[in-house]
Amino acid sequence: MTGTIIGVLGTLLQKLGNPKNMGICVACFERDIAGALGLHRATVVQYIRPEVIGFVLGSTIAALLFREFKARSGSAPIVRYILGVFAMIGALAFLGCPWRASFRLAGGDLTAIPGLLGLAVGITIGVMFLRSGYNLGRSHKTYPAVGWIMPALMVGLLLLQIFHPVFSEDGPIFFSESGPGAMFAPLAISLSVGLLIGFLAQRTRFCTMGAVRDIILMRDFHLFSGLLALILTAFFANLVFEQFNPGYSAQPVAHSNLIWNLLGMMLSGMAYTLAGGCPGRQLFLSGEGDGDSGVFVFGMITGAAFSHNFNLAGKPDALADGVLTVGSLTPFGMAAVLLGLAVCLAIGFSMREKFE
Amino acid sequence: MAKTVDARGFSCPQPVILAQKAIQEGQFPIEVLVETVTSRENVRRMAEMKSCKVEVIEQEDEFKLVLTK
Repeated sequence: MTGTIIGVLGTLLQKLGNPKNMGICVACFERDIAGALGLHRATVVQYIRPEVIGFVLGSTIAALLFREFKARSGSAPIVRYILGVFAMIGALAFLGCPWRASFRLAGGDLTAIPGLLGLAVGITIGVMFLRSGYNLGRSHKTYPAVGWIMPALMVGLLLLQIFHPVFSEDGPIFFSESGPGAMFAPLAISLSVGLLIGFLAQRTRFCTMGAVRDIILMRDFHLFSGLLALILTAFFANLVFEQFNPGYSAQPVAHSNLIWNLLGMMLSGMAYTLAGGCPGRQLFLSGEGDGDSGVFVFGMITGAAFSHNFNLAGKPDALADGVLTVGSLTPFGMAAVLLGLAVCLAIGFSMREKFE
Repeated sequence: MAKTVDARGFSCPQPVILAQKAIQEGQFPIEVLVETVTSRENVRRMAEMKSCKVEVIEQEDEFKLVLTK
């Protein structure tokens, strides 16, 4: 149900101006926000994405209405931060979070397949750690004000988005003038879609990582039905809007380097599993009072800054005068992905509790 | 004497894993303590798939699930 709505609205947002095959991409949008704030200076990906703001606030509204808003925090925040950093580095090696991987597939981008495979492999490794006693310890109830920090920050971001102050000459807030960051649907629509999805996802616990995890862990297809619905509806909506272009190379904001698409998403998948949720789910959780998810989100934003400042992100395929240049990662990017995999393995192995 | 699984404060999918282990050990009834509605529903769904009966008791802002065969 939520998957269906995300699928339709995501494709609609592309129609209304969002980047191609990127109706909604939590990782890309957090990266754009990092850019708008000047945390990285990749001029083509800077914009305060209202969808992200909507996800958090929509979830807050739903949680308050259904009395599920609970401030909690304190489950190894620094580990979650590091997982967030590497989750983003992996996501940007592939150029997308699991949501975008689904949208890419639904738009005919076949390079999404190795990405999704990598994601599944990463989640499988994560599940093996979960089975062998990995956990980050308990969180604790805390002051309600702690739970309000993320929603309050999102309101602040919204104000920055609306008033677009420029803090110094050549300084932030940056909004891209070209590239994906300059492609966006109207503010009111993006924000409303975000709020609606945030609300629904809080109710249904929509999670793309959980979808795969629950199948592996306990043969439970409940969350997977949501993910499948997203892909199918986005596919049909793309057909209707004539946005379906099947192919493997030179797809919008994507590269066709098989191995790094796979390894990048494998890193992300492992990080999401060890942290307990895909980037979207972490936003929804942070909206209902989970401070640790908020820390993961900041980790991702920091990871985006590292990715672009240190030239770690994947370069899209480029088609100029009929000549295809296959995009890929820089050696720095490759090293970062491998380092991330090693760090995730170290976290998985070293943070296990023996069951009684 | 009921076996108690205290899964309070653990995030997904930890409460489910702990409850699943307890079910496999097969000593019923099992009491599972959780804090969030998400965990309550996840544990309930898993337990029902394993053909357990699930009774939910709300205690202040926590939940106690009693699983029986």
